[in-house]
Amino acid sequence: MNIIVCIKQVPDTTEVRIDPETNTLIRSGVECIINPFDMYAIEEGIRLKEKFGGKVSVVTMGPPQAEDALREAISLGADEAVLISDRAFAGSDTWATSYTLSKAVQKAGDYDLVICGKQAIDGDTAQVGPGISAHLDIPQVTYVKKIEEVDAEKRHMRVERMTEEGYEIIESPLPCLITVVKEINEPRLPSLKGKMRAKKAEIKKWGAKDLNVDPDLIGLNGSPTKVLKIFTPQPRGKGQILEGDAKEVSEKLVELLRSEVL
Amino acid sequence: MSIRVINEKCTGCKLCIKACPFAAIDVVKKKAVIAMDKCNLCGACIESCKFDAIVLTKISPSEIDFAKKIEQHKGVWVFCEQKNGVVQSVGYELLGKGRELADTLGVDLCGVLLGENIKAEAQKVIHRGANKVYIVDSPKLKHYQSEPYSKVLIKLIKEHKPEIVLCGATSIGRSLISRVAISIHAGLTADCTGLDIDKKERLLLQTRPAFGGNIMATIICPNHRPQMATVRHKVMKEAEVNNHHRGKIIESSFDDDTYSSRTNLLDVVEEIEETVNLTEADIIVSGGRGLQNPENFQLIEELAKVLGGAVGASRAAVDAGWKTYSHQVGQTGKTVCPKIYIACGISGQIQHLVGMQSSDVIVAINKDQHAPIFNVATYGIVGNLFEIVPELTKRFREVLKK
Repeated sequence: MNIIVCIKQVPDTTEVRIDPETNTLIRSGVECIINPFDMYAIEEGIRLKEKFGGKVSVVTMGPPQAEDALREAISLGADEAVLISDRAFAGSDTWATSYTLSKAVQKAGDYDLVICGKQAIDGDTAQVGPGISAHLDIPQVTYVKKIEEVDAEKRHMRVERMTEEGYEIIESPLPCLITVVKEINEPRLPSLKGKMRAKKAEIKKWGAKDLNVDPDLIGLNGSPTKVLKIFTPQPRGKGQILEGDAKEVSEKLVELLRSEVL
Repeated sequence: MSIRVINEKCTGCKLCIKACPFAAIDVVKKKAVIAMDKCNLCGACIESCKFDAIVLTKISPSEIDFAKKIEQHKGVWVFCEQKNGVVQSVGYELLGKGRELADTLGVDLCGVLLGENIKAEAQKVIHRGANKVYIVDSPKLKHYQSEPYSKVLIKLIKEHKPEIVLCGATSIGRSLISRVAISIHAGLTADCTGLDIDKKERLLLQTRPAFGGNIMATIICPNHRPQMATVRHKVMKEAEVNNHHRGKIIESSFDDDTYSSRTNLLDVVEEIEETVNLTEADIIVSGGRGLQNPENFQLIEELAKVLGGAVGASRAAVDAGWKTYSHQVGQTGKTVCPKIYIACGISGQIQHLVGMQSSDVIVAINKDQHAPIFNVATYGIVGNLFEIVPELTKRFREVLKK
C-alpha cells in the first residue's frame, strides 16, 4: 500500500499571543511541533505499511524550517518526505493550500490512501483534508476513529467514522482520503535507529514550478478569503470564589444557578 | 476538470500541437489555444510543454467566473442538516442569525434541506423565518454522505446563486461544505462564532477563534461568491417559531449520477451511553484526575442526571481509561459551549480550557486554590469534591424536585 500522509508544523498554540503594538502574532520563542492530530495520521500510515507492505510518504507545506517536522516523521518510520515550500505559496488560505497539496500528492506518485489529521490546532478549520480530496476527486471519509478492514487486492477499505452521537461504518474504494481523530491509535515514540535515519534522510523540496500549479490558484491570488483583522478576545471577568463548608457552598451555588437550570 | 494555457509562460513553440492526439491545439498570435470541444483532457500537451505553460485544473474558467460574478449573487442560505429526518437545532440557530443578515442586506433568507420525506420539516424551517426552502427529497439522501450531498448542494448553488451560505460546524457540516467550497472556488471560513455585515461593501464579516481561542480573527471574502461559513453550534440564538410565517417550498430533483456515492454507508451506530450528546448539551458536568478512580465518575454522572446534562471528562481521565474518548473536552477532544459547565477535579490545563472557556457560566470545584481552572471560573469552590458534589446533587434534586 502506498500511503501519503499530509502533515502541518504548528506552533504549540497554547503559547501564542498577539503583540499589542503591531497587532501581529508573536511566534518567536514559541516551540514548533507536528500538529497533534497529524501524529495519529503518521502512526496509522506506518501501521498499515507494516501490515500490507508498501511505503509511507509524508508531505508538508510550509516555510523551510518545516523540514524538522518531516525529519521527525521519518524518525517514526515514514519512508519518504517532501517539503512544499515557495514564496509563491505565501498567504494561502484553505482553498489554495488544499489545491497546492493536491498537486503535491499527484506528483508524489501512485497512492492508495491519503491520511490527514482531522484538523490543525492553530487554524482549527478541518477544511484542508476534505479540500484535498475534492481537488483530487477521490472519496473522503472524515473523523475516522478505526480502520476495520483493508482489502488491498479488491482495493477497498471499511472504516468507522465518528459522529456526535456515535459512529458510522463506511466502506470506500481505494484510493481515498481519510482524516483521523485521536481515538484511532496511540502514536509510537521514535526509535534510536529511526532518529539516525532521519538525520541522514534526503528531503525532497518542491516549489511552484515543480508542481505545475496554476499561478492564479495559489498563494494570495488563489485564496478567496482574507484576514481583515486579528484581536485578543475579551478576557472572562474575574470570577467569584464561594466560601463555606460543603453544605453552604452548595446552597449558594444552587441559588446562583437557579434561574439557569429551572 | 479543465485545462488552460498560461499566456505569460507560453512561447508559441508548438511542441504541444505535435503532442496532442486530438488535434485540439492551435497557435494563434504566438500563443497556444486549446479547442475545448476537441480536447479530452488527456494531459499529453502538459507533458510536452517545456515551459510549464499548460495546466490541468479541477476548476474550469467558467466556474472561476461564476464565483467572481458578485452582483449576480443574492440571498442568504442556511444549510439545515437533518438526522433521522429531523432538522437539527444548529439549523434553527443559523436561521436566527441568517434572518438578521438577510434583513440587513434586504434579501431573502432561504433554507436548504436534503433528505427523505422532509416536506413537513421544510414547513418548520419556514416557521423559523425562511422565505424559501429548497428541498431535495430522495431515499439516496436519507443519511448524510459526502459525495451526493456535495454534488446536490453545488448544483443548487450554481442554479440559484446565493451570496451567503451558512452551515453548522458539525461533523456533517465541516465535511460537506469544504468539498463544496473547493468545487466552486468559494471562500470558506470555519467555525465562526460571530457574523455581521459590512453594509457599505455588502460583505460578510466572519469572526472566529484561532490558536485554541487565544486570538480572534475576522475574515472577509471580497471577490468571490458565495461567501461561505460554518458556524459553531450553541453560539447563535435559535430563531423563534412563528406558525403564521409564510414561505415557499421549492423542490428539485436530480439524475442518479448526482445521487451516486463511491463510499457506502453500511451502518449507523448510536452510542447511547449517558444519552446526552456533549455538543448539544446545555449543561455539562466534567470530571478529571481529581476523581482518583473510574468508580468515582458515578458522582459526576448523578449530578449530570439531576441537571439533565451531559458528562464530560478531561484528557487525563480519558487517557487513564476512566471514560471513553467521546467524552473528552479540550484541544484533542471536543469543543463545547454549554450554558453551564461544571468542572470537578479538573486542574485546568490550557488544553482543557480551550475546549470549554466559551461556556456561559463555568463552575470549578477543586481542592487546589491555585489551579488554573479558577482563572476562567465564574464561580469557584475550593474544597473536597467528594463532599461537595454529592451535596450539590442533593440540593439540585430538591430544587428541581427530581
